[in-house]
This record gives sequence, structure tokens and C-alpha cells, in this order.
Amino acid sequence: MSTPAHVPEEVTASVAERRSFLRALLVSVGGLVSATLAFPLVRFATFPLRVREDETSWSDVGKIDEFVSLAEPAVRTINVERTDGWRSSTAQNGVYVVPGESGKLKVLSSVCPHLGCAVRWIDKKDRFICPCHGGTFTKTGVHVAGPPLRAMDELESKVENGVLKVRFQYFRQLAANKEPVA
Amino acid sequence: MPETRYALPKDNPRPLSGFMTWLDRRTGVYSLLREALDEPIPGGARWAYIFGSGLLYLFVSQVVTGIFLALYYVPSSDHAHTTVSYISKVVSSGLFLRSIHAYGATAIVIVLFLHMSQTILYGSYKGPRELLWLSGCFLLFLMLGMAFTGYLLPWDQKAYFASAVGTNIISEVPLIGSSLQRLLRGSSQMGTLTLSRFYVLHVFMLPGLLIAFTATHIFLFRKAGPAGPSNEDPFHPKLPAQKFYPRQLVMDMVASLLIVLALALVAYFVPIRLGPQAVPSDTSYIPRPEWYYLPMFQWLKVVGGRWSLLGGIVLPGLLAMLFAAIPFFDRGRERRPWRRPLVVAGFTLFVACYAGLGALSYHDDASDSNVAAQLARQRNAEIRYMRQPFKPEAASSAPPAAPAPPSGDPLIAKGATIFAAGPCGDCHGTRGEGTDKAPALIGISQKYSADRLAFLLHHRTPEMIDGGMPSVDLDQAETAALVAYLRSLK
Repeated sequence: MSTPAHVPEEVTASVAERRSFLRALLVSVGGLVSATLAFPLVRFATFPLRVREDETSWSDVGKIDEFVSLAEPAVRTINVERTDGWRSSTAQNGVYVVPGESGKLKVLSSVCPHLGCAVRWIDKKDRFICPCHGGTFTKTGVHVAGPPLRAMDELESKVENGVLKVRFQYFRQLAANKEPVA
Repeated sequence: MPETRYALPKDNPRPLSGFMTWLDRRTGVYSLLREALDEPIPGGARWAYIFGSGLLYLFVSQVVTGIFLALYYVPSSDHAHTTVSYISKVVSSGLFLRSIHAYGATAIVIVLFLHMSQTILYGSYKGPRELLWLSGCFLLFLMLGMAFTGYLLPWDQKAYFASAVGTNIISEVPLIGSSLQRLLRGSSQMGTLTLSRFYVLHVFMLPGLLIAFTATHIFLFRKAGPAGPSNEDPFHPKLPAQKFYPRQLVMDMVASLLIVLALALVAYFVPIRLGPQAVPSDTSYIPRPEWYYLPMFQWLKVVGGRWSLLGGIVLPGLLAMLFAAIPFFDRGRERRPWRRPLVVAGFTLFVACYAGLGALSYHDDASDSNVAAQLARQRNAEIRYMRQPFKPEAASSAPPAAPAPPSGDPLIAKGATIFAAGPCGDCHGTRGEGTDKAPALIGISQKYSADRLAFLLHHRTPEMIDGGMPSVDLDQAETAALVAYLRSLK
């Protein structure tokens, strides 16, 4: 074939100009088409980044009357509601209710700040002792002996309608400072 | 075909940049781009030709939104509804994307219809385009399959009952009907296996076939070349041609923009609803398929009873075959619609009947007060469900029950109590199943004798001490009980 099949309609000086206008039009239309979908898609996929996972719910420890005349730590099992995406699960954790200063109750996590074993209250020694590596704490959770680097972890607690409530959290183990694990 | 189309044109107004030359030498991407953009269109660009590109855009959009929806969706009858509800009510942009995906199916059906109508009116299947037409027919069939299988996935009342009716029709097929239905459902009844099967069809098999046949369709289209306007010769185009780029490309892009804007507006202002979870025992639910399947549904009501085989399976099958065979009997160079009354009138008649049946279905439902009231109740139930906040599914993650002694042996029972009371379970697992802190104790009787085990408990090896195993403070009787328990773990 001597002539191309596609004969240009008009070969004028404005062709280049018209082409760059078309190119700009294509880029903007294409960008708009892509953005309309890309924006919600990115939001959809990055949704877990915006979910606040540290917001654990309050768990009931027991009626406040049970702890009024508390002389030594009382162990309680609490139900912790956890949301896992579209599922919710209930986990059980052990906590100690101990009499704090000025009559205020303190709730301690039973998870040892050393390696996470369950700390026990040993009545005859008047101490909390971790059965795994012998971490020892006073009645109010202050560290006195053994490998743990800090005191037993106090949990956020409140009294609502005569019920002691606690917000259960895990804290980083083997650390001198108490930092929540997200 | 003119050879000049393949060569890099010397009069290219914009010379390639250094990087593009480098890239093109290694990939041929520029030649590929030229090949795509320089497609000659006899008679020039037209708005009538935008539907094919529109479908391609919609298909890509369905694939992308579908992949993202799979981030949260679980195809199992006990989780599907919860996860779709989670997508719709909790995940950011979830309702919007689900709406885009669901309405996208409707948009594909509409644009497919326009694409087909244009091809039939313009006689664009003429010339060496029989395979192009057949691949298009198969794509239509696959797309209808996508719409059918996707409908069940949310597992709400509407999805469940519409699919139950849809899969019931298959049992009308002579001889193999019930086996075919069982194969599709995975069981004689609708259930979680049905959902798995529909999911695999919708997400893996049909999209795979769609991609393969879309590629075939485009390849065959480029091989035969665009047919051009209806006064063009289907075998040897004579009209002056215009390249695909830029005019047709701009038109196609504008069409895609209009489609995505229309979809986005509808998805945003009238988002798709999710009804309450499917209750298979509900006898009052009146299922209705998507609007484009409604005429078929109405037709089955008309031909019910002893005509159901003929009307429900044979006639639609014959019509589909007749439709696919159009380019084989409507031959010749004539493409103008008014000179091809048989095909054009036949197609118009079919469309009119199909639309009429659809209208009749709406009319029937509206004029029967019982049905109308039930349909309104179902609609209100959906609206109510959408207003309720998301309720997470309660997972049964209660801690495993305290290890029960496998036999009535009091020694083992005592050992189990000692094991449970001690810190053993913290590291070895409450049933001795092992954790990441310490190995499993199950089956330890095959490894150590009772004496050796008792010895190890009181005389830890360096590995045990390194692993964090504490010393055991038990008297002889307690040790014997614990060893008996450990050796009973299986």
C-alpha cells in the first residue's frame, strides 16, 4: 500500500495544539475515573488502621460490698469482651482486688510482669509469689524480690452502681515501665 | 492490513524520550501502545462504538471492587451474612464499594444489552466475524452466570430464596436434572456447600473464563477490524479510516466517566440494602430475582406445570442457539437494518416480549394485595435491618475446660488437680498440648518411664532450666499422682 489506511482529516498547524489539549483531557478524565474508585478502595483497605483496638470494654469484678472489709487480696475471674473484626469473643482473666491506701480499692492483674505466668497470693507468707520464677510482691503489688523488673500491674478500675469494674489490659513483659500492649 | 501500521511512524510528532527508547527496546511497550492506539476505524470515531470499552471498564471495576470485598468476606453460611453486614455497617466506604459492585452487575447487563443491540442494528457481526460474535455470546452467558452466583453470596433472605428458586429450575432438565442440581448445590438442599460452590464459581472459575474470553474477543475484534457504519462493506472497508487515538479514545473515556459517575451517585445516595440473615425455614418469604431475571421468572410462571420442560428449558435453549447462530444464516454484504427485517424484527420482538413479561411480573405483584403486602413487609425488614447497628458474631472462645481425667483412676484425678493448680498449664497448655513457651506433654509416656519422669520433675536438665521450668515442690505421693496424670495424657 502506498498510502496509509488512516488519512488524517486535516493537517494544519493547530494539530499539535489540539493533540496536547486532547491529551490533557484524557489525563484529567482518566484521573477522575480512577480517583472515584481509588479513594474509597484505599479507605476500605486501610480501615483496620483507624480502628481503636485499645478500647477494651469494662468488665464486672463484683459487688463493692464484697470488698469493703478486705484484709487480704481477693482473687476474681473476670470476663473480658474482645472484638476481633466481625467477631466478639469472651476471654477470662484473673485479677486481684487489694486494699489500697486511704481505703481505695486497687485491682491488680494476675499476669506476672516478668514472663506472664499467673501470680498467686500465698497467705502464709503474706506475699504474692509467681510460681514460675519466684517473683515476689507485697500485698499491694510492690516488687520485693525475684526477676520481675516492676511492680504488679494495676488496672484501671471504677465503681458504678455499687459494682466494681475494671478495664483489663496486657502490659509489655520484661520492661521496667508499665506500657500497654496494643 | 497495511504494514505501515506496525512500523514506528517516522513522522511521529513527538520523538521518544531516552528512557522510552530504552524501555521500548527491552519491552516493545511503545509498539504495543501504538498497535492499540492506531487501530483504524472505517468511517471514523462514533459515540455508537463506546459500549465495548464501557464493558471492559465495568469488568475491571468489578474485578477490583470484588478483590477488595474479599478482604472482609467469608464464604460460609455461618459467617457470610455477618461479614457482609460488617462491610456494610462498619468498614469505611464498605457500603459504597458493595453498592458499586452490586449495581455494577446491573450496569454490565444494561451496557451488554446496548452493545448487543448496536451490533445487531449495525450488522457488525457480518464479514469474517462469526467467532467474534460467538465469543461475545459466551461472554454474555458468563456474565449472566456471574450475576446469578454473586446474588447468593450475602446470604440474606432475598439471596437465599432467589437462589433456591434459581437452582430448582435446573432440576427440570430431563434425566440428569436432579444430579445437576445436586452438583451445583453440593447437596440436595441449599446450604453452606452451595455457598462455597457459588463463591468458587463467582470468584475463581467464571472470572478466569471471562478474562480468557474477553482477551479472545478483543483479539478477534482486532483481527477482523471494526466494522464501521452500516453502509460499510463488512469484508473490505472502503470508507476513510480514523485512528482509535485520540477521538474514539476520548469518547470511550467519557463513556467510562459517565458510567462511574452514575454508579457512584446511585451507590452513594441509594446504597444497596442487606436484609436479615437467611432463615431457610421461613415459609412466608416471597423470593424475587434481580429485575433482569424477572421476565424469565414470569415466563416460568406462565409455562408452569406440564409445559415447564418445554417452556423452561427447551425453548430458552433453542432461542439462545438461534441467537448465537445469527451470523451463520444472516450472511451477505448488506448491513443496513431496514434491509435485514428478519433479524432486526426478530430481535425487537424478543426484547419487546422480554420487557413485556417483566412489566407483567411487576403488575401481577402489585395487583395481588397479599403478595404486595408481603413484598412490602420484606422491603421494610431490609430497611429496618440496615438501620440496626452491627452486632458482632459471638465466637465460642471460652477457655478450654479443665482437663478431665481420662479414666476413673483416683491417682490420675489427683494428678490432674495438681497439674491444674500448679503453673504447669501456663507454659505446657491446660491440657498439656504445649504452647510456644514449652513443649507438649501429650504422649510423654512413650518417651520417659514413670521413674525417669519423677526424677526429671525434681532434677531439671539444663535445657529445662533454660526454658524457664521452675522447680517442683511436691512430696512423693503428689509426684506419683502428677506422673500418673502426665503419662495418661494422649
